Amino acid sequence: MMAQMVLRRLGIGFIMLIVVSIIVFIGTSILPGDVAQIILGQSATPETLAALRAQLGTDQPLYIQYLSWLGNMMTGDLGISKAGGATIASLIGGRLGNTMMMAGIVSAIAIPLSVALGLWAAMHPGTWLDRIITFCTLSLISVPEFFIATILVLVLAVELHWLPSTAYLSGDETFWQLMKSLAMPLITLVIVVSAQMIRMTRAGILNVMSSPYIEMAILKGVPRRRIILRHAFFNAIGPIVNVIALNLAYLVSGVVIVETIFAYPGLAKLMIDGVQTRDLPLVQACAMIFSGTYVALILVADVASILSNPRLRQPK
Amino acid sequence: MAKEKLFEVKDLRISAYNDEKVEIPIVKGVTFDIHEGEVVALIGESGSGKTTISLAALAYTKPGLHFTGGEVLLRGKDVLTMAPLEQRALRGANVAYLAQSAAATFNPAITISEQVTESAVLHGVLSQKEATKRAEVLYHALELPDPSRIGYRYPHQVSGGQLQRLMAAMALCGKPDLMVLDEPTTALDVTTQIEVLKAFKKVIKEENAAAIYVTHDLAVVAQIADYIVVLYSGEIMEQGPVEQIINNPSHAYTKRLMDAVRPTPTAGMGVQVGDEHDRDVPAIEMEHLTAGYGGIVDGEPVATILRDVSVKVENGHVVGVIGESGCGKSTMARVMAGLLPQAKGHVRLEGKELEGSLNDRKLDQLQKVQFVFQMADTALNPKQVIGDIIGRPLEFYHGIKGKKKHAKVAEILKMVELPAEFASRYPMELSGGQKQRINMARSLAANPEVMLCDEVTSALDSIVGANVIKLLTALRDKTGVSFVFISHDLSTVGSFADEIVVLYAGRVVEQGPTDEVLSPPYHPYTRLLISSVPELRIGWLEDTMQKREMAVGIARGVEITKTGCPFFNRCPMAIEDTCDVKDVPIRELKDGHQIACHLTIDQLNESEVHAQQVLHGYEKIGIDKPLETG
Amino acid sequence: MTENTAKTEHKANEEEVIAKLDAFAELPDAPPKRRLKLSWVGKIAVGIVVFWMAVVVIGPYIAPFHEMDMDGDDSFLDAHSNEYGTFYLGTDYLGRDTLSRIAFGARNTIGISVIATLLAYCIGITLGIAAAVKGGWTDMIISRINDSILSLPAIMLGLIAIAALGSSVPILISIAAIIYATSVFRIARALGQDIMVQDFVEAAQARGEGLWWIIKSEVLPNAAMPLATDFGLRLVFVVLFISSLSFLGLGIQPPASDWGSMVRENLQGLVYGSYAAIWPAIAIATFTIAINLIVDDISAKSGGNLAKKMV
Repeated sequence: MMAQMVLRRLGIGFIMLIVVSIIVFIGTSILPGDVAQIILGQSATPETLAALRAQLGTDQPLYIQYLSWLGNMMTGDLGISKAGGATIASLIGGRLGNTMMMAGIVSAIAIPLSVALGLWAAMHPGTWLDRIITFCTLSLISVPEFFIATILVLVLAVELHWLPSTAYLSGDETFWQLMKSLAMPLITLVIVVSAQMIRMTRAGILNVMSSPYIEMAILKGVPRRRIILRHAFFNAIGPIVNVIALNLAYLVSGVVIVETIFAYPGLAKLMIDGVQTRDLPLVQACAMIFSGTYVALILVADVASILSNPRLRQPK
Repeated sequence: MAKEKLFEVKDLRISAYNDEKVEIPIVKGVTFDIHEGEVVALIGESGSGKTTISLAALAYTKPGLHFTGGEVLLRGKDVLTMAPLEQRALRGANVAYLAQSAAATFNPAITISEQVTESAVLHGVLSQKEATKRAEVLYHALELPDPSRIGYRYPHQVSGGQLQRLMAAMALCGKPDLMVLDEPTTALDVTTQIEVLKAFKKVIKEENAAAIYVTHDLAVVAQIADYIVVLYSGEIMEQGPVEQIINNPSHAYTKRLMDAVRPTPTAGMGVQVGDEHDRDVPAIEMEHLTAGYGGIVDGEPVATILRDVSVKVENGHVVGVIGESGCGKSTMARVMAGLLPQAKGHVRLEGKELEGSLNDRKLDQLQKVQFVFQMADTALNPKQVIGDIIGRPLEFYHGIKGKKKHAKVAEILKMVELPAEFASRYPMELSGGQKQRINMARSLAANPEVMLCDEVTSALDSIVGANVIKLLTALRDKTGVSFVFISHDLSTVGSFADEIVVLYAGRVVEQGPTDEVLSPPYHPYTRLLISSVPELRIGWLEDTMQKREMAVGIARGVEITKTGCPFFNRCPMAIEDTCDVKDVPIRELKDGHQIACHLTIDQLNESEVHAQQVLHGYEKIGIDKPLETG
Repeated sequence: MTENTAKTEHKANEEEVIAKLDAFAELPDAPPKRRLKLSWVGKIAVGIVVFWMAVVVIGPYIAPFHEMDMDGDDSFLDAHSNEYGTFYLGTDYLGRDTLSRIAFGARNTIGISVIATLLAYCIGITLGIAAAVKGGWTDMIISRINDSILSLPAIMLGLIAIAALGSSVPILISIAAIIYATSVFRIARALGQDIMVQDFVEAAQARGEGLWWIIKSEVLPNAAMPLATDFGLRLVFVVLFISSLSFLGLGIQPPASDWGSMVRENLQGLVYGSYAAIWPAIAIATFTIAINLIVDDISAKSGGNLAKKMV
């Protein structure tokens, strides 16, 4: 039964990826009208238009265009950027690494931090510290990412001069320099991502904490630590893993904002530049990478929560 | 009294505080004692504070409640004033708690064994090894199947009755001085309840444990308690030894409670209706009806609930449908009401074919068959006032509007013995019994021919439920409406129905006039059912346990079978290779009394003569069989 | 002795109890009507939201300057006065009055968000309730499409759409409405499904009531309150979404004032110690935090109580 469910989820994940690619393709390819016309502009003659259409493949029926686009994408041929004519693969290359590094460091800090703080708050509901955590996280999830970044710049860079206000990488920094220039975007992202995760972890545990079996554990004289760690946590793993996965959506939008503010040479910055210059092939490629990663992470979370449920692990 | 005082409650007071911080007393000065090895029952209806008092033994209140006065002494030491750590050490070790729903109180993510032994090990009463061993001994004593392996399972892998007994093992594992049992059998079916009760009684005796037994059921109390405390609204009405309270109650409230306990089902309790309502055609009937859920494969639903059911409801009669949870009794009413289209067979209203689906039924057909839902709480829209709830069928079926509607609503409210002012109230401003009356009033407003009542009294307190039955009896006399009265409670059905239909695993095993069904010859399942209903008599459980060893297929669940008799795997008289494979013949007796059994009437009659032997047959089936899966 | 007093006490309340039983036939366990009660934090939050709503309506009329006026003495100045008036919050990068631009910008930031959220609600509730009530294929198809849109981070969808369509107010509103309609759909559908399986809906069906009557009389009244609470949360998301796009330069286009783009425009001023970027950011923060505080205050708190009982 469990294997079946996992396979089902994998199937759903695959279908979701296909749907995502359709959305990205339709969103960027169909709506702007005739690409050849746009490229050639005023100087277009019917002949040059037809020639360019044939070259771009836009004279083909839609589904053929989509399939060849998808095929190219799968084989790593991401197309050619409209701006400058470089291959998109070469543009993305280093940028992807930078973004991955940032996302990786943020996750490594934010996930343990949020689960720990969320757990602690759930263990001591109503205490002053819990109220402070609740209020701060509520405020932080209510404000835009750029607000947090702006305040951090004001305090840490402008007033205190501790950190640089940009995170431009030249490629030959020492480790210490690298860390220093990364610090500001990292702090911003950790705050953004953790706030939501702390809240949802706390809510998830408290939700489990209102179950009759927790009351039973109290009535059996089980100590608080053991109630949380043995009785509540195991039942909350599924929800918590889901929370983590869902919050990677905040990471995505956070990355977009943070890379812009701090001029960090990452994939999101590249994509924003692409959107501003309406460089559609570039936007498509970036959107596919972001969305694909996101869908994959949701899938991992789904599978993890199936595996953590004894009802599914040990059928009747 | 040679026995020592173990536990004393002195002038205990517990209160809640509402939003305005106004104190609302819940327990208003309660005093009683428990001696070593004594079982004290706290009896009362909802709102009596019985659970709240019992939890005080663990120095615990439900969230939102506070101790405001009095003492709770365990061996002379006040548990309420203990330090939190001392209280924690007390819970599970000295005082153990057993909750109403084991299904909810077992942690789904932890194995049974770990949960059973947890508190004994945590409190250092036993080592893990000793605790596991003791748990196994307790599983044996509680007659659980496969005692050496059941602990490795997860809670969702065992049945409800088993889980309830496993919880008793959990409570007893740490050898507590006092056990608190909070309605531990209320959620169980009768045939399961008696098993669990028996196991509890035996194990309490063997362990010589003292216990607080919380319940609303006097008949259960009579079997298990030594001493009774009767509570009403947070106060003690009366307390005394079980014999005194049961045989000679002094307080008027206790007498009311006793009156509300319906008599044990026996022949002669059925109401005989006159012929004035009789017509040629039955009000509603089902013929060879099969129904269930899921798509239809090979002419049968994926999950078949009812199979080949034929039932007639004569005009103005009350037909009681009885059976345990999952037997298909609600499904039967839902098919009649058109809420679930049948897969096969016919439903006829006054002789005319009724379509399976609601959309295909005509308005007057819908109006004539009214369904009364079990839970008034969910059956009434919380956002509508009573006047609109009752007024809607008047408007919808009969086009009654405006002033006339108001007048009619008042009239209907009067019929269900409620004041006309209730028309402007919302459902949540009424009590449980009042809501149930509104629920029935809505159906009455349609002016139906048939009312389908699905467990309408089972969620109510006994006094309230008894009043609802009184009301139904009056209504049926007044209106001549036919009733299909569904219940899991044989006593309720017996006291109200003219005819009884006994359902088991989706099939009719016996049906006929109430008196006939409740007297021999019985279908073996009917016999089991009747003998499982506790009597309000001290010593009944012992008598039953001695006379009738009823360890019937506890290790086995109800199986919905396609062929043969569904009761085969639990029947002491089952004939191998016949009952399990061949279609069950229907034996016709007088007055339309039918028994579906492979045994002939003579054999069934004979079995009554040799009841003793036959019932010993039950013993053979059962206990030590390995745990079945599925 | 004690036993005797207990006995007499019993007799005293015996009549009372029976009288009570007879009077009601049963005890009414009716809870008093729950009134909406806000904590002091919630009341302050309501005040803040009301304040900003008022600014949306009358802001442009009471603002000391027009949003486009470059009357300040210079860019990025602190509060000061000149012959044109007083610049309470200083000037922005073009020497415009920050306070006035915030007053004008409220209309864009909050106004557009409210319109987009309302639109999202219309779409989401209609489709959600329809899916819940109809079930079957209708539900399947709408839900699948919805899930796929929902499976992408909102900002990605926004970026894709703006890359393709460019940015203008109608486009921003439509994009936000469609993206957030998906989550409204999810909630409306779940609520609808919960209500549809309630016994009182089944009772209406058994009575033969039509679909429209059931939706109007049974489903909507019961879904109204939870949906209203959710509206607050959704509005916050939309405000954040639109100001983020503006902040990226992809939302409301200059020279119109909008809180998100104001932060972007004036970001460089931070280095010179100008607060021109901070004020609009604070404006957004106060509005969104206030809404979330109200929602948090209204929503029932559960679970915390049992946790307090742990030792």
